[in-house]
Amino acid sequence: MEYKHQVNCSKEKLGDLREFVRKVLDRLEIAEFQKNELVLAIDEVCANVIIHSHQCNAKDWIQLTIKTDNPQGLVFEVIDSGKGFNISKYRTPSLEELIEQRRKGGLGLRLIRKIMDEVHYEKSTHHHTYRFFKKCQHK
Amino acid sequence: MVDITDYTEDEILILEVKGEIDASSSLSLDQAIADALKKNYRNVLVDLSKLDYISSAGLGVFMSYIQEFKQKQIYFALFGLSEKVSNVFQILGLDQLIPVFPTLEQAKNQVHGV
Repeated sequence: MEYKHQVNCSKEKLGDLREFVRKVLDRLEIAEFQKNELVLAIDEVCANVIIHSHQCNAKDWIQLTIKTDNPQGLVFEVIDSGKGFNISKYRTPSLEELIEQRRKGGLGLRLIRKIMDEVHYEKSTHHHTYRFFKKCQHK
Repeated sequence: MVDITDYTEDEILILEVKGEIDASSSLSLDQAIADALKKNYRNVLVDLSKLDYISSAGLGVFMSYIQEFKQKQIYFALFGLSEKVSNVFQILGLDQLIPVFPTLEQAKNQVHGV
């Protein structure tokens, strides 16, 4: 199965996105802690895209696809027609750096990398695709 | 949406956080902690027992104040985290950087050196 959800690039839409991911994952026989982690990771991806690729322009949109057919695990894809950023090459600052610099940002990508098994980025003429793979732990 | 209220108990300032903290609501947490710092309490505890969700935006707010609390010699701790919220702190190791207690009583014992 393939589930798609499209939202405008507003931070206020992150709650809707989390609800969509949660509903899809609730159809699957995977551990509760993993559902929570996946909802979090996708929230982080979409927040980054909405803020950094679209500067929260509510006239723009992003599309999230969740593919559940692969017996090895789940595939999540976020399609972005904004500026884009190469998520697989982005350097994650150390916790010490963040504390020292009193920065509030910088933890999201660290969370995504800790939760997802694979993180891919593709750029085409008209859009950017962020693709994530997660091997599932069944209940 | 997040709702933050504060009260004092045994000369400790306690912030009670309810709801969800994500990139759209983390500014409220940021403001609440900034306001708490201005009140000049020696001890600030944050009650997260009614927090249903936290993303990196909320974790980042807590992290950004670690230095300031340290410099001002204010004791800062969290308590009452659900398993789900606690897991997010653990994934990043933030539970090692900010004291976390199961209950208010245990957090207060730490403050009072019991």
